[in-house]
Amino acid sequence: MAEEQGKGRIIKVSGPLVVAAGLDDPRMYDLVRVGRERLMGEVIELRGDEASVQVYEETGGLGPGDPVFTTGMPLSVELGPGLIESIYDGVQRPLNLLFDKAGNYITRGMEMPGLSRDKKWEFVPIVKAGDEVVEGDILGTVQESPVLEHRIMVPAGVGGRVQDIKGGSYTVTDVIATVGEGSDAAQVTMMQKWPVRRGRPFKKKLAPYAPLTTGQRVIDTFFPVAKGGTACVPGPFGSGKTVIQHQIAKWADADVILFIGCGERGNEMTEVLIEFPELIDPHSGEPLMKRTVLIANTSNMPVAAREASVYTGITIAEYFRDMGYQVALQADSTSRWAEAMREISGRLEEMPGEEGYPAYLGTRIAAFYERAGLVQCKCSGERVGSVTVVGAVSPPGGDLSEPVTQATLRVVKVFWGLEDKLAFRRHFPAINWLISYSLYINKVSEMWAELVDPSFKELRDLAMSLLQQESELEEIVRLIGVEALSSRERLVMEGAKSVREDFLQQNAFDDVDTFTSLEKQFLLLRLIMTFYEEAGKAIAADVEIGDVLAIPECEEIAHAKFISEENLNEFDVLERKVTEAIGGLIERKAEEEAEEKVPEGA
Amino acid sequence: MPIREYMTVRDIVGPLLLVERVQEAKYDELVEIEFPDGSVGLGNVLEVEGDKALIQSFEGTRGLDVSNTRVRFRGRGMELAVSRDILGRVFDGLGRPMDDGPEIIPDERININGSPINPFARDYPTDFIQTGMSAIDGLNPLVRGQKLPIFSGAGLPHSRLAAQIARQSTVLGAEMEFSVVFAAMGITFEDADFFMQEFRSTAAIERSVLFINLADDPAVERIATPRVALTAAEYLAFELGMQVLVILTDMTYYCEALREVSAARKEVPGRRGYPGYLYTDLATIYERAGRIKGESGSITQIPILSMPEDDKTHPIPDLTGYITEGQIILSRELHREGIYPPIDVLPSLSRLKENGIGEGKTREDHSDLSNQLFSAYARGKEAKELAVILGEAALTEEDKLYARFSDEFEDRFVRQGEFEDRTIEETLALGWELLKILPRAELKRVKKDQIEKYME
Repeated sequence: MAEEQGKGRIIKVSGPLVVAAGLDDPRMYDLVRVGRERLMGEVIELRGDEASVQVYEETGGLGPGDPVFTTGMPLSVELGPGLIESIYDGVQRPLNLLFDKAGNYITRGMEMPGLSRDKKWEFVPIVKAGDEVVEGDILGTVQESPVLEHRIMVPAGVGGRVQDIKGGSYTVTDVIATVGEGSDAAQVTMMQKWPVRRGRPFKKKLAPYAPLTTGQRVIDTFFPVAKGGTACVPGPFGSGKTVIQHQIAKWADADVILFIGCGERGNEMTEVLIEFPELIDPHSGEPLMKRTVLIANTSNMPVAAREASVYTGITIAEYFRDMGYQVALQADSTSRWAEAMREISGRLEEMPGEEGYPAYLGTRIAAFYERAGLVQCKCSGERVGSVTVVGAVSPPGGDLSEPVTQATLRVVKVFWGLEDKLAFRRHFPAINWLISYSLYINKVSEMWAELVDPSFKELRDLAMSLLQQESELEEIVRLIGVEALSSRERLVMEGAKSVREDFLQQNAFDDVDTFTSLEKQFLLLRLIMTFYEEAGKAIAADVEIGDVLAIPECEEIAHAKFISEENLNEFDVLERKVTEAIGGLIERKAEEEAEEKVPEGA
Repeated sequence: MPIREYMTVRDIVGPLLLVERVQEAKYDELVEIEFPDGSVGLGNVLEVEGDKALIQSFEGTRGLDVSNTRVRFRGRGMELAVSRDILGRVFDGLGRPMDDGPEIIPDERININGSPINPFARDYPTDFIQTGMSAIDGLNPLVRGQKLPIFSGAGLPHSRLAAQIARQSTVLGAEMEFSVVFAAMGITFEDADFFMQEFRSTAAIERSVLFINLADDPAVERIATPRVALTAAEYLAFELGMQVLVILTDMTYYCEALREVSAARKEVPGRRGYPGYLYTDLATIYERAGRIKGESGSITQIPILSMPEDDKTHPIPDLTGYITEGQIILSRELHREGIYPPIDVLPSLSRLKENGIGEGKTREDHSDLSNQLFSAYARGKEAKELAVILGEAALTEEDKLYARFSDEFEDRFVRQGEFEDRTIEETLALGWELLKILPRAELKRVKKDQIEKYME
């Protein structure tokens, strides 16, 4: 290997941490190769002549005296055509190729480039020789998948007049253009490298405003996240974090999805790998896999690579953002990432902060989420892209006061609080509507008016207040029983129940219910609230609440979520039927009362 | 690498030995420790720094001294000798025969730490395992290749439950028999003996492998026991193509052994004194379950752990729940009421349920029916709680029906005999039967045609 420079030797091995001495000019966060098997590692501390290295592979069998090589390069990812549909480990080794080469198990010392060196891509230039370009300008495109046009950008530090550019079939390492003049001339390939721990540059950050539609009703209508925003999903085990993350990865209206399985179950990644190529994206009509990049560093894979996996993921996300795409990144789970930091920190014998986590936990978490955003991309023209980050948090015992959750809540703008009690009742998604919040609701609802209907926000707030009232009334019921409620209050309870059961509850495993368009969400909510309003009129006219709830349309409302996206006009029909049915009750009541009065007068 | 022997022990602290002036010790290397009385124990290297090696002794340190103890570095990690002949045998916690049988003539020696399965190589678990127990099959079904722990507590019948699962499990339609790999960690002789008798009496011993570390065996040995057992399981499943059911009991003692070593190393503790890497460590055990593409065998894991004070948020059940694909939780309340198996179905969960059931696997109504039973039972429990506070009279007619449903559900659906093996059809029929208690209009989670088909 030509890239190796100085050679040192190991003096200490403790789990994933190796201390080496005698390295030639090591720098912080430089990549090193450890031992005869040349395991990948990264320098994370320097003391005099000694460098502490976190090793991304199992360290069994290493011992003092084994060689360590510096590479003079920081840990970087390869960016270029070939990312889409890939599945990588935490340091961007393609797991499918590792499987081809090494079989069922991940063995050590396997070196594997992130992008295939053999595969040829059809490059179509959009600038021509003689054009002036700056860093970030698009030189040309590659149709990487049926839904994704990969835009080849001028790499960092390069710019000037395009000397030469050629279209055709090339590998990622072939030179496709020469940019700049004289000694500044740069040979540009379709692949660039970027150090994972440094955010990719942009011109300007903008405030997020457009909703990321996920097809999940409780999220889109009640607690929406904006494109370029941040959200977190904390919850105890079994409350459905992973299903929510998968649902967002499946149905969000983003151009590119980055799914990071960080220290989670192996079978969950397998599920994604099996499902995504078969599921069809409702927005493009192509398999979901055609817009997805997976990073899988499962819980039993080396812990240091888990620490790196979120950085690998977000760097790839930023790269697609720079092309002008809307990217959604899911990290499941950030708690495992934090635990990886804790483990390494412990081995470094750093002074611990809360619960053994390093004192810099909060800073690292904040810095990670801050790499999300809606930005004006770095280029000569106007181009806007975004990275939305949704991080799952796994608080021990479901206790939200623990350090990782708290550090996360300080930075994210949307909080979907999962509750195991709801999960036990099989209320899914088990997002507790009383504790969750979204700080994007006002911005996003402005867009609703354009996209769906001006009354959407009002409707949502009304439904929310019903749920709020329900929780207060529940207290009363618990103390003195349901008999103590007035008809009006009974109706509030029933209305809230309908919002909960017929709107919030959504079955991820049902073919129709798994995804609901924004328009259908609006129609469904309007249907429920129409019933509530009409029923209110009926009660004001002294109709028995039992009679109102007994109308057959109630059952139809319960099944309205299963109305398919093609038949949305059924909602109008149903709404009219509800109004008429209740109107009928009111009339009958009025007639009855009139009849009762007649004999009196006679 | 040759075997190197040293007599340069400097410190002995708890289960740890610090050896000086060692050349070329490797991290995680196997060592033999020769006690002054001539007996030999095993250990492994936890840390090497310069010429010092920190060793954990699997057989404890009683009787060791600094001047006469010999430490031999074996130049390799800890390995298990495997061959087809391990079936029917009983080993100690480190994989050495402890029945009267001969030494194993190995086909292979395999490092007990295994290697992580490449997520790309995994095949998704989709085959329903019929355990013959309604509370599991009907509501929280076990799937071939799943890891589904039993969260139990002191005095609850988790051993009987695990034995019944091992006895009755079949893969529906495929008539596959399970081999059982059983690992005991720190349990009592009586508990271990129960399983051995159980396997003998059902002749399951022929296709079982037992690894036994009892309560009075060295605690640190327990750190190796599940790894040894899973190495045997991987050999049986992926080299011999068998369906393997691994029972690990009791994981709580395993974690305590880990804590003991961590404390002796003066590591910064996480919650309740358990080391910060407990999650990762447990994952390296639990994640060794699964199926692999192109392999006919599989490993299904049933770890058993006793929750201290029945507290589900204790770090051991908590971290386990985050790694495993669900959990079966036993309830002291049901046990007191004399219900066996005392499975608390509401907080229990099988994450792979949706993939293992339905048309072509069990029956098309299975998923909807189980959701209906869940929500009706949950509602019934709530109604009963309300009745405790406000009295029965405060319940609506509907709530009274739900309360009755939940009683009947516990009594007829959850409760069953220890040797009662219900087919999935029987379980589902029972579920529909119970739903008749409720008004038809309340059954919102099942479809109309299912009601017509199965309730009339």
